[in-house]
Amino acid sequence: MSSVLVHAPHAHSGAGVGGVMATVMLALAPATAFGFWAFGWPAIYLWTVTVLACVLTEAVCLKWRGQHALPRLADGSAILTGWLLAVSLPPWAPAWLGVVGAVAAIALGKQVFGGLGQNPFNPAMVGRVLLLIAFPVEMTTWVAPHPLGSSGAPDLWAAAGITLGGNGYDAVTSASLLGGFKTELTRGVEGASAIAHAFAPLSNGLAGMRAGSLGETSAGLLLLGGLFLLWRGVIGWQAPVGMLLGVLVPAAILHTTHPDTTLPVSAHLFGGGLLLGAFFIVTDYVSSPGTPAGRLVFGLGCGLLTFVIRNFAGYPEGVAFAVMLMNAMTPLIDRAIRPRVYGRDRRGRSLPPLGGDKK
Amino acid sequence: MLLALAALTTLGLGLGLLLGTAARLLKVEAEPITAELEAMLPGSQCGQCGFPGCAGAAAALADGRAPVTLCPPGGRDLAQRLAERLGVSVDLSGMADAGPRIAAVDESICIGCTRCFKVCPTDAIVGAVKQIHAVIRDACTGCSKCVDICPTESLHLIPIPVTPQTWAWPKPAHTPVLAKPVLADAGCH
Amino acid sequence: MRIFDFLSRLPSWGVHPDDHKRPAADRALRVVTLPEFLHLPLTQHVGGIARPVVRIGDTVHKGQLLARAHGNISAPVHAPTSGRIVAIGDVHSPHPAGLTLPGITLAADGDDRWDESLEGLGDPFNADPQQISEKVSAAGVVGMGGATFPAAVKLALGRRMKVQTLIINGGECEPYLSCDDRLMRERAADVVDGARLIAYAIGAREVRVGIENNKPEAIAAMRAAAEGFAEVHIVPVPARYPMGSDKQLISVLVKREVPAEGRAADAGVLVHNVGTAWAVHEAVRHGRPLVRRIVTVAGGAVRDPGNVETPLGVSVSHLIEACGGLLQAPARLVLGGPMMGTVLPSQQAPVVKGTSGVLALTAAEAGDQAPAPCIRCASCVDACPMGLVPHEMAAHIRAGALDQAADQWSLTDCIGCGCCAYVCPSRIPLTHHFDYAKGELAGRERMRLRQDATKRLTAERASRQEREAAEKAAAAAARKAAKAAEKAAAEKAKAEKAKAEQAAAEAAGSNEGATA
Repeated sequence: MSSVLVHAPHAHSGAGVGGVMATVMLALAPATAFGFWAFGWPAIYLWTVTVLACVLTEAVCLKWRGQHALPRLADGSAILTGWLLAVSLPPWAPAWLGVVGAVAAIALGKQVFGGLGQNPFNPAMVGRVLLLIAFPVEMTTWVAPHPLGSSGAPDLWAAAGITLGGNGYDAVTSASLLGGFKTELTRGVEGASAIAHAFAPLSNGLAGMRAGSLGETSAGLLLLGGLFLLWRGVIGWQAPVGMLLGVLVPAAILHTTHPDTTLPVSAHLFGGGLLLGAFFIVTDYVSSPGTPAGRLVFGLGCGLLTFVIRNFAGYPEGVAFAVMLMNAMTPLIDRAIRPRVYGRDRRGRSLPPLGGDKK
Repeated sequence: MLLALAALTTLGLGLGLLLGTAARLLKVEAEPITAELEAMLPGSQCGQCGFPGCAGAAAALADGRAPVTLCPPGGRDLAQRLAERLGVSVDLSGMADAGPRIAAVDESICIGCTRCFKVCPTDAIVGAVKQIHAVIRDACTGCSKCVDICPTESLHLIPIPVTPQTWAWPKPAHTPVLAKPVLADAGCH
Repeated sequence: MRIFDFLSRLPSWGVHPDDHKRPAADRALRVVTLPEFLHLPLTQHVGGIARPVVRIGDTVHKGQLLARAHGNISAPVHAPTSGRIVAIGDVHSPHPAGLTLPGITLAADGDDRWDESLEGLGDPFNADPQQISEKVSAAGVVGMGGATFPAAVKLALGRRMKVQTLIINGGECEPYLSCDDRLMRERAADVVDGARLIAYAIGAREVRVGIENNKPEAIAAMRAAAEGFAEVHIVPVPARYPMGSDKQLISVLVKREVPAEGRAADAGVLVHNVGTAWAVHEAVRHGRPLVRRIVTVAGGAVRDPGNVETPLGVSVSHLIEACGGLLQAPARLVLGGPMMGTVLPSQQAPVVKGTSGVLALTAAEAGDQAPAPCIRCASCVDACPMGLVPHEMAAHIRAGALDQAADQWSLTDCIGCGCCAYVCPSRIPLTHHFDYAKGELAGRERMRLRQDATKRLTAERASRQEREAAEKAAAAAARKAAKAAEKAAAEKAKAEKAKAEQAAAEAAGSNEGATA
């Protein structure tokens, strides 16, 4: 016989934070596994170190804040942050890069604001942007895929050398599509259009055999993961669709007017981190608006900013910056965009009674 | 060099002049807050705060001569609203608050002396000489004047009885899983 | 005529909980044996507390008036069986905090004899609609869906507002509950008759009975009963919680919304529960007051779940015994459905007019888990049938900004359906936050009114004291004046006397002089 005063409802759907995080990880797993295969042991090392560093940082911060670390760690949010950060790093980046990013993401991006649910910015993007500004060389040193088992792939020991010290690295660097295009464009139109033409949407894009971040290259598997999340109802369609439209529509228009100096739509879609961003970054609950309509606006904003940065700014890729800028807009969007309340009009006034507005 | 210095000086002086003029011309008279504060106070003029009536207390609050926690009948809720209005931050956790209270007559020892209803600021006690007195619950503010004056201690303050009409859900416990139950320690003992 | 084509589309709001309606919904109604005592609270309705009209020791018949309605919005209480009044005072109540209520205790004599003076209207459809309202009012019929608003008051409102459509709510969207389902299956003709009586009383032209499509047997039975009454439409609606909420059912059935600052009648409809329709039928056709109802007894801890027809005032423990008792100690005892019901602090609480179910839930069913921080997933926004943003409201309330939650985030529009808390992955007790805030704001409003009253009383006292002082002063002045006048008069008299004496003396002197 319970004498405790408990409020209704006395039933629950069974949903839980841990379950949500686990579903997102499951959706992210195929693309990550592809990254492991394509970039070999250094990528696996980097991912492991980054995720562990995130979990450890979270545990230390929680202890400092006087909370039970275990139940909070069990929700998996720190693992997911580490995972997202790791898949946005160059696959052969040194381990310390991952650790610095992880500490920044969890400590500065999340725990200083009060932990889960309180952070205004996407923690993984905080880590990534910090690294991008502080260590631009390490963050833009790409390698072409060296699939596990192929002749050029580093073995366990060589990989450890790469991850720990970065030696034997320069020999194999390669340009990413967006970065290479931007660099060539400063030298002349010919080189740039050569890069653009060399890009094959199917094999380089959809299948993912190209230089790029650890988990961003396999567009096909990311799309699959995104559709899985949509099907499970973990994410809404608004933010991803908004983001894709925000990049692709202006990119298509610009490409028709300036075909030589801009990349085609397929390159925007498959050549960078757009799909990873659209399905796994802008859909972050905490730092995006709290209503479906707000999330559409948020996604559109992220997409437009990404498009602007990619085409007109100094950086070749702009997803992380765009997301953080829009994170800052989230409170504003939440203030402005709300669902219509039953029995009220959009401006919050009560609907008139039937048969005119007799009072 | 000289030009730059001159330009900056001119700019500084010009802007300073503008600001000064604006401050003088567009001055907003400070709203006398005393009346508003008085409206927030219970208005029973019970004098427990040590000031002559609620108007005096409001004036003291406006001048900063009295803390926002000055009014016992108003309790913690009033202190909070006063702090909000005056824009001061105050730690109310130490303020003892038994919630709103009202007077009750112990009928077995009331001698019908009529002293209590003579001091009651809201005429909330009815009775007559040599008759047992009774408190009108809706009119009592819990100022405790009657309690102080009763010669037989038959008056005392009780919490306002809870009925299904006035009962409300308590505040839900806050969520974080703390290693040490800090809040419980502070609150329970 | 396909009036419900648009229903093929599921509404975007709400949730779809496991309905747990079987096996209870498929078992025939059982009748509860009479217990020794019945406890009847005097507020089983919204509004004024009924005033007892019987004394301790009185013998009463079943259906006899025990307490009459008090105030404009109130309902009388009748004897659920024949017996003797043994106490008038506080009784256990189904209140979550275990508060007691004023009430009457009746010792059953076991004969269960109806009061023979009760009789219905002979031909209600030719009677004055006012007479139907009077019958309903006298029978103490209240909203049986749980709102317990006096039905007669609503009838008067419907007639005054010239409502054209009567909606009969057979939604019963709460999981576990099947008392309305059973009622429609077993007494469809009575329910349809009651609905037509209500429609006649308010002058409505059509009746729409909304029934969730997870109750095919009830839909079939009601369709059969409505055969031949062109104005009665049986409308299956999608099974989606909270379809049984008035506002949601109205928007689905007539595609209009109830204005936020208005009532259902402002949308041209009146909503009554199927149970209320049955009670109206009983009151008008047979003159029987509302003294019994159907209650669902279910939950994982109940041995033999089902629906029982019980006299009001029977204790919850007695109902559970009637359903085979408990299999295990329940983790939670709930009055009503799991989504909006309240915890019962004691099994001694009596069944009242608004009791639709008694649930003895196991820990697994109750879904208890410690809350975690909000991750702003917005599941609650998707689920809210009112278009609110529950996580923002809760955040404001937690921060103590209750006024903001009410003014900017429409807390007052919350219907407390519990969808948000049901889907919340962080298990935040959102509806608890909202009810806390509503109660707190109402309390503040009461304090404000009290303070205004205090000020008025103080001012009155001051003016009284002034008046008394003035009167006293006037009296004193009058007394003084009188005294002075007296004194003056006395002095005058004295002076005159002296004068007279002097004059006399002078006269004497002159006489003397004259004589000298």
